[in-house]
Amino acid sequence: MRPIADLVIYEEDLSRINACLSALQRKARSAAILLIDTSGQLIASAGGTDGLDTTPLASLAAGSIAAAGALAQLLGEKEFSFVFYDGERKRLHLSLIGGRAILLVLLDQNSAVALVRLQVKKFSREIEEILTELSRRPDPVAEGGNPRLKPPIGEITDDDVENLFGKG
Amino acid sequence: MSFINYAAREINCKLVYYGPGLCGKTTNLQHIYKRVDPGAKGKLISLATETERTLFFDFLPLELGTIRGFKTRFHLYTVPGQIFYEASRKLILKGADGVVFVADSQIERVEANIQSLADMRQHLADQGIDPDKIPLVLQYNKRDLPNVIPIDELQKALNPRNLPWFEAVAPQGIGVFETLKAVAKVVMQELQKKT
Repeated sequence: MRPIADLVIYEEDLSRINACLSALQRKARSAAILLIDTSGQLIASAGGTDGLDTTPLASLAAGSIAAAGALAQLLGEKEFSFVFYDGERKRLHLSLIGGRAILLVLLDQNSAVALVRLQVKKFSREIEEILTELSRRPDPVAEGGNPRLKPPIGEITDDDVENLFGKG
Repeated sequence: MSFINYAAREINCKLVYYGPGLCGKTTNLQHIYKRVDPGAKGKLISLATETERTLFFDFLPLELGTIRGFKTRFHLYTVPGQIFYEASRKLILKGADGVVFVADSQIERVEANIQSLADMRQHLADQGIDPDKIPLVLQYNKRDLPNVIPIDELQKALNPRNLPWFEAVAPQGIGVFETLKAVAKVVMQELQKKT
């Protein structure tokens, strides 16, 4: 069995995910979209993310969704289907995709919540299918796996890690 | 969860600092934040109470450089140490690739350390992570205080498997980077086994 939730993404995977997120961003008329794994790491994004500090956004969104899930369980609910933050100029719509990823939609003054919810529902299925496919992909190292995909991570040494930290 | 992005040539790992209340988890992250070059770190996010006790978590993203052409990112998290934040601690362990257990070396905190370690093992198991297999490094903090327990007693109580361990005085930075490097190495070794 592959270790839980480890995620490996290649060029073609990212292209598919990006195409999906871009279509969602356009159709939902949202400002930006982030796809985040439930442990808080950013997988992909679309739209106007240039001015956004996406790393802490991803981490805090995961924390928010995790807290919402725990609150739901305390109240006897399976989950809350989305979390919504309503600011003066910006709004955030967070939703869980198949228990493995989080879709963050940033809305601005041109976005309509109803449209966002409709499109998120529609595209979530597509994104979940892609993520399920990735998680079921044969281990590239195992027999029957695609050798082209064999990752070169096996070459990392302790010295490589030492060098990351420099003399500190 | 380790996340390898071949398209962007990135490796991302989540490291969690765990331990009893006031053991120095946040202080570790604050020291790292202070010492790392501005270009290699993101914002230090602290979700804390008015009295600066961690309420949910602290978060510090580090991008220290590349390994074999891959940008290597470590996302450092702390858990809230106070007993009644148990539910939050469990959430933060989700997807952890490695854990630093920060123990408070003071005599009066022996029980708190043991309880926190047991609590951590249970929460890891609840998240589907084998507590005997996850990369784990121990840090015996506050070694500068007068009322500390000898190291061999801490080892007996907390580290029967003799995992990597370090003495530390986190406010002075002693042992902080040694601990971080050690957990990063074990996480990378584990990543090699998986790939």
